[in-house]
Amino acid sequence: MFDLHGYFPFILKGMAVTVQVALFSLFIAVVLGMLGAVAKLSKSRVAQVIAGFYTTIIRGVPDLVLMMIIFFGGQLVVNNISESLGWGYVDISPFIAGTLTIGFIFGAYMAETFRGGILAVSRGEIEAGYAFGMTAKQVFFRITLPAMVRHALPAFGNNWMVLVKATALVSVIGLQDMVYNANQAGGTTRQPFTFLLVVALLYLLITGISDVALRWADRKFSVGVRRA
Amino acid sequence: MRFKDKCDAWGLPNDPIDFSAIVCNLPLYLEGLWVTVQLVVMALAIGLILAVPVALLASSRSIWIKALPKAFIYFFRGTPLLVQMFLIYYGFGQFEAIRESFLWPIFREAYWCALIAFTLNTAGYTAEMLRGAIEQTPFGEIEAAKACGMSGALIYRQIILPSAFRRALPAYGNEVIFMLHGSAVAGVITIIDLFGAARIVNSRYFVPFESYITAGLFYLIMTFALIWLFKRLEHRWHAYLRPRET
Repeated sequence: MFDLHGYFPFILKGMAVTVQVALFSLFIAVVLGMLGAVAKLSKSRVAQVIAGFYTTIIRGVPDLVLMMIIFFGGQLVVNNISESLGWGYVDISPFIAGTLTIGFIFGAYMAETFRGGILAVSRGEIEAGYAFGMTAKQVFFRITLPAMVRHALPAFGNNWMVLVKATALVSVIGLQDMVYNANQAGGTTRQPFTFLLVVALLYLLITGISDVALRWADRKFSVGVRRA
Repeated sequence: MRFKDKCDAWGLPNDPIDFSAIVCNLPLYLEGLWVTVQLVVMALAIGLILAVPVALLASSRSIWIKALPKAFIYFFRGTPLLVQMFLIYYGFGQFEAIRESFLWPIFREAYWCALIAFTLNTAGYTAEMLRGAIEQTPFGEIEAAKACGMSGALIYRQIILPSAFRRALPAYGNEVIFMLHGSAVAGVITIIDLFGAARIVNSRYFVPFESYITAGLFYLIMTFALIWLFKRLEHRWHAYLRPRET
């Protein structure tokens, strides 16, 4: 049944795209999540409202719908702008749209995760930082940030696993990830089940490897923590 | 111009944001909404019924009993819903045995394939959270039940499952919302659900913002309604955990 007719490299090429989309959008999500968490915890009312709006709306709308809004709608906006500047037609690649959307969506989830992590850092550690004469910035980067990693890691890992699976949606907007390639190969060879099953197993491989890495990170960041 | 004529004469939009195409196609959206609600409610109901035996088997101590349910949970939680749906809708046609069996009228229809995929997916997630809740049952509760002379089946029915359902409730609320959002992939395989309706409107009039934002608003309202509903349920089911009012 697993006769792939020489299409396996084609699927692996798609897998490379999947992994790239996942990693780039993770980067965007972490940056946005950090900004969102800091905004939610800040004293500024405006920042709180904007961050609250962002996390609520994003988590209330399906990722596929958001992806369509950004892919088709973004195309329209960019072209209207470029037309008014006299630049002509600009094409948004599915890669950029997909990565931006997934990063944008998971930024909202990461913001909640990081906010929880920051709140879990014990007050004494932060006060100790100030007592040593550190500025607020120094306290954040030297004390709060490294100490919150341990608290945020489990939820971060969950978000990453969901993010990896969400990358499958980029095949809908035409990006040639492994789901897209599997559909192509499955159509040509008339063996869609075989190829889709291979892709499902490759997803399990990615999440399996991530699981090992996350466990390692958890051990590393929990050094010196007593466990029952 | 009367509303009906305006809808008929509708061409490409001139304004940057024009919702007239949406207003004219509101019945299509409502049909889509109904399909989404059907799919999600049926998948959740059947999925929950499936999840209970799977969770019970997966929480067994014997490796032989728990191997298969664990593999089921691992597969459906570890792969994208889109791939699972494709496997059933596109994949099953590959096998001659299925194409010629009495099941083919079911697996030929996008609607049933989506329903089966959603059901199995939510069964996997629900079984995992129930398994966790079952394994967290305090020893004291089971010991007390045994001391009262309850049999194994009675303990499961009266003690373990009710308290596991209670403990799993907040996580299950998230799963319901997750399923609602996940159901949008049905629109990819030609089903006219809420997302499918938005896709049709967009392809007909090229109004990407308006068409998808409308669908998004519907999803948003349903999400808020579900959050409210689960808050009410938690209020009721977790009443014994609330501090006593004076």
